[in-house]
Amino acid sequence: MSVPTTAVQAESAQVPAAAAPFVVNERVRRKLRRERAARAVFALMVALMLLPLFSILAYLVIKGAPMISWEFLTTNPKSGMIAGGIWSALLGTIWLVVVSLAVSAPIGVLAAVYLNEYARDTWFTRTVNLAVLNLAGVPSIVHALFGMGAFVLFFGMGRCVLAAALTLAVMTMPVVITATREALGAVPMSFREACWNVGATRWQTIWRIVLPNSISGILTGVILEISRKAGETVPIMFTGAVFYRNIAEGDLFAYSLREQVMALSMHLYTVTTQVTGVPEALPFAVATVLIAAIIGINSTAIVFRIWLRNRKKW
Amino acid sequence: MSARKKIEVEDLRLSYAGKEVIHGISFDIREHEIFGVIGPAQSGKTSLLRCINRTIEFSADARTGGVIKVDGFDVRRQNVFELRRKIGMVAPLPVGLPLTIYDNVAFAPRCSGLNQKGELEGIVERCLRQAALWDEVKDRLNTLGTKLSGGQQQRLTIARALSHDPEILCLDEFSIAIDPVTTMRIEDVLKELRKSMTIILVTNLTQQARRLADRTMFLWNGEIIELDGNGVIFSEHPKDRRTYEYVQGIFG
Repeated sequence: MSVPTTAVQAESAQVPAAAAPFVVNERVRRKLRRERAARAVFALMVALMLLPLFSILAYLVIKGAPMISWEFLTTNPKSGMIAGGIWSALLGTIWLVVVSLAVSAPIGVLAAVYLNEYARDTWFTRTVNLAVLNLAGVPSIVHALFGMGAFVLFFGMGRCVLAAALTLAVMTMPVVITATREALGAVPMSFREACWNVGATRWQTIWRIVLPNSISGILTGVILEISRKAGETVPIMFTGAVFYRNIAEGDLFAYSLREQVMALSMHLYTVTTQVTGVPEALPFAVATVLIAAIIGINSTAIVFRIWLRNRKKW
Repeated sequence: MSARKKIEVEDLRLSYAGKEVIHGISFDIREHEIFGVIGPAQSGKTSLLRCINRTIEFSADARTGGVIKVDGFDVRRQNVFELRRKIGMVAPLPVGLPLTIYDNVAFAPRCSGLNQKGELEGIVERCLRQAALWDEVKDRLNTLGTKLSGGQQQRLTIARALSHDPEILCLDEFSIAIDPVTTMRIEDVLKELRKSMTIILVTNLTQQARRLADRTMFLWNGEIIELDGNGVIFSEHPKDRRTYEYVQGIFG
């Protein structure tokens, strides 16, 4: 037996042996060993997860950082894309993300509100839910073909910002719907019942209670959506992104909805595989900017979300 | 006591997923009475209340039969939101909405379109006083209702149920989370409130029904065992032996 136990027993001689507190026997030690083992396994997995993440980031930044400058960000690619900056691609990505978000975020969030708050549990809603979940897993090439068939050809938009943004919107909508539904589902049912009990309509309940308390979760969905939109190459390649465009440098409105655009993801693909004589650092610099842009947009949303979560009221 | 019927229940049946839990019960509740409902768990007390204010419709697998009339009108033919405004409902577990204390009480009036500040303040104070909570929270009306203690939240729930001027107040085990002293204070309030409204008091505490109610209904396994004035139900000789045994604590 362990020493401390004996000491305790010796000190409190009045206490009957059967009621001796804090006995560390073999069973307790086995329990503690398992606890330590479980903790070690989980910690190891965190390490395995962080390793590639930081390796990629470090690799990109180390290789690409020397090339990144204000000038790199604000000038168009030059000399068959082996020189100059990435302005037209950077702005193109921003345009695609913003336009696409303006379509998919409201539709996705509001559709999720309907599915979660209004729809009864019928075979139809169950089918819709299943479709949404499966749609999230459809490869982007399929969305690309759909976008080309529907927006570019059928609706006659041609290859342009609008068609590409709509394709991205369709592709990422399931993400925002699923995340929003989870956020809404996390609001306790008792809150809704309390509202209904005093004669509040569903809309009053949603507007005054459900949405204010699920907004941070909804934003998480939107954040995920932004990242996915900014990173996709194939869907926009088919529907509106081009290899090269020369636009007014420094003008945020150098693109319009019906024009073709460059995009960072596509540009990365181009300079890596389609052009010869590219400086070695260029693809890394493009990738670094792409990741920095995504992190930048995300962190704005994350800060906003933290602010909202601190106001959480139960 | 007015003899006018406030609520009429005719052959009410309720089943969840095909399993019947209320087996065709009929009774009346008179205006301005305190109507006690006692009975062991699973006897259908809460379900009965949910049928009256139609929140039962949120249970997808619930099916009802029979008719419930409020003021002579079938509840299912009325606008459900107006119906629920007529009926204040206090659930057994307190639910503070994630709003300030003030907003919790002002919630229902606001939902019916009332926005005038002075009027809202009046309602909030009156309801919090009626729920015996005003003195404890009057200096911090702008703190969160969810941060109150359980018993305070329950009184907040009562204040909210009173805030839309209900004609009927349903209390479902309101005193579970409240200490005896506060319970007594609220019971006094109920005696006062009955002048202006009809009260349905569902309770596990038979003594509470005995103290407060005019008539008490003993519900057991979805059937009415006995419904009579308290003088009979809580006497030595109610009509049904099971009532006597339940009230005396011999079974149930």
